[in-house]
Amino acid sequence: MNILELQNLKKYFATQKAIDDISFTIKQGSIFGLLGPNGAGKTTLLRMITGIFYPDSGNIVFNGKHFDPVNDIVNIGYMPEERGLYKKMKIGEQALYLAQLKGLSKSDALQKIKAWFIKFEMETWWNKKVEDLSKGMSQKLQFVTTVLHEPKLIILDEPFSGLDPVNANLIKDEIFNLARNGSTVIFSTHRMEQVEEICDHIVLVNKGKKILDGSVSEIKNQFKENIYRLGAPTSPHNLMTYIFEVIKHQPDELLLKLLHDSTPNDVLKFFISQDVPIKSFNEVLPTLNEIFIQLVEGTPDARQFQTIK
Amino acid sequence: MVMNKIWLIIKREYLTRVRNKTFLLSTFLLPIVMMLFIFGSAFFAMSSKEKLKKIAVINDPGMFKSNLKGDSLRLAFDFISGIDSSNFFDKGYDAVLNLNNDSVTRKFTIHSKKQLGIDAQDMIENKLDRAFENNQLQQKGIRKETLDSISKKSNGAFSIENRLTFEQGKSKEVNAQLNYGIGFGSGILIYITMFIFGAMVMRGVMEEKTNRIAEVMVSSVKPFQLMMGKILGIAAVGLTQFFLWIVLIMMLSTIVSVFIPHELVQQAGEMNKNMPVGGNNAMVMKFMDVKQTVSAVNWLQIISCFIFFFLGGYLFYASLFAAIGSVINEDPQEAQSLMLPITMPIIFAFIIMSSNLNTPDSKIMVWASMIPFTSPIVMMARIPSGVPWPQLLLSMVLLIGGFLFTTWLAAKIYRTGILMYGKKASWKEMFKWAFRKS
Repeated sequence: MNILELQNLKKYFATQKAIDDISFTIKQGSIFGLLGPNGAGKTTLLRMITGIFYPDSGNIVFNGKHFDPVNDIVNIGYMPEERGLYKKMKIGEQALYLAQLKGLSKSDALQKIKAWFIKFEMETWWNKKVEDLSKGMSQKLQFVTTVLHEPKLIILDEPFSGLDPVNANLIKDEIFNLARNGSTVIFSTHRMEQVEEICDHIVLVNKGKKILDGSVSEIKNQFKENIYRLGAPTSPHNLMTYIFEVIKHQPDELLLKLLHDSTPNDVLKFFISQDVPIKSFNEVLPTLNEIFIQLVEGTPDARQFQTIK
Repeated sequence: MVMNKIWLIIKREYLTRVRNKTFLLSTFLLPIVMMLFIFGSAFFAMSSKEKLKKIAVINDPGMFKSNLKGDSLRLAFDFISGIDSSNFFDKGYDAVLNLNNDSVTRKFTIHSKKQLGIDAQDMIENKLDRAFENNQLQQKGIRKETLDSISKKSNGAFSIENRLTFEQGKSKEVNAQLNYGIGFGSGILIYITMFIFGAMVMRGVMEEKTNRIAEVMVSSVKPFQLMMGKILGIAAVGLTQFFLWIVLIMMLSTIVSVFIPHELVQQAGEMNKNMPVGGNNAMVMKFMDVKQTVSAVNWLQIISCFIFFFLGGYLFYASLFAAIGSVINEDPQEAQSLMLPITMPIIFAFIIMSSNLNTPDSKIMVWASMIPFTSPIVMMARIPSGVPWPQLLLSMVLLIGGFLFTTWLAAKIYRTGILMYGKKASWKEMFKWAFRKS
């Protein structure tokens, strides 16, 4: 079942087509990656999904029904890229306040906050103020306040920025946990290695348009260039063949690109016939990072301002 | 649900401010400082007034000699010879008045070491006029004894009481001084609080924006709820502060009237009557004179009108301050220039009020008390001297309409501004946000 469907969303600002006809669907319980370079329109898209902006045209279907911000907002937890908390407010009170604004009763909220604070070893923080916290600590607090009300849809914009590896892993484990328990996570970032590790499904947007949509392995396969890595202590003298070309030659490793319609087996046959002792042979898929750069490169770095009629 | 969220926001805004140290400090210190100021200045005025000025007079023909009389408290004239502007001080005089130098143009000079002050100068001129008048009357054949007995009888023989007549022929006593004081006091109080609490709203919005909490908040509540919650929460803070001030001032004045000599209290009241700028103090002083307080002034009307116009004026401007706060980024310099168009009408209202307070029913006061931009301050200044019901009602309706309009307008700017980072919005952009269709 799809928790969220975006249908032909458009949002134009005075000088930019921030979102220009984007559609995709997100399955319930999946971890979804929304990728894109700076200024691609990710934040605008997320603000429409959280009901902060209304789309100029198009439809958002949330949980099978037309998205109604006033009522559906309690089922969404949003952690924006620009983190914010009231600096002068005590941490416990702040968590309670934000939870109550999401519609939790006071006793319910208190109980949940305590559970999370124990889980994240934050029990002693209750009477401290946000200004006493380090950046990483306030990030943890922000995460807790985002997921506290057990939303069906959790939107995290760059959740790991500013976190050390230990705390990043803590949050990462929690994200997996939440997804296992049926929450859907939208994860917006431009750190590709995290996306490969975490996301089931990604969409890449650039300049307000969707340019990629699919699972991580699908996309990698879509962009593969038939490159194989062959490990062998010695290499034959004659590498001239119509089967492949050598892209990189290292002492005990060769990087090969298949030519024409040849298959990996043809390559193996070629080396076996030459009596080369093969230690390893595997396909090299492009990283998401490479795909990202390949797709985004060539378009201007920054978005240009234009007049929208 | 919706109301519940606004209620949560109001509660937070209220509690964080009321628990703040500056709130407690300003609430409890202000009445004390005010009292100290009033009695301090009364004390100084009393001690400086008591000093008798001795003036030596040079008047050879003696036209003034028999008629120029000082009074025992403030001025004493001595007609002696052998005194001039170089030696009067050594002989124990504060000043020397030479009535010889020009009796044609009737311009005389008085030499003194310290400036005499306008009060003293006026008084001396009056005494000279009196002496001249008496001198002329005597020349026409009226005996000096007759004149003396007349002046004895006529001094302070009459007093005037102003009664206002209403349609039914009823009349009521008015105390112009007291009305002036109360009017000025409440006007200035509204003026100051509008600035204080308006700025508080603006700072609160700026804080939310620069802390980046605004985006977290608007994913839970509507921007309008966030804005209204803040405005209403701060209004509650203001009312709390007023309430505490009134209670404290009453308590303090009771204590003061027990422990401080009666004449000093009277003196403080007296001083304020003579000094229009002290109108604010006069109001406070009137609290002390319980008899007068109860009988002469319709306190119920004044207090309820004050609360209404404070809230109305605050709501009218607070949403505008919120809108300004929402378009500003970290730089407080930006706030200055954007605030100007909002602070101007408030200052303008204050100027109208303070310069026309003597004529509360003049055209400009009536108009200014109708227009919502100036009405909270100006109408409050008029109320103690009595405002016809239709005018009061119209002013109230216009003010309510006015703040609904500014809130609607400000909400639209606020909604966009609070999520805009980077550059400051121009007036043109804000205008566009305000009037575009959503």
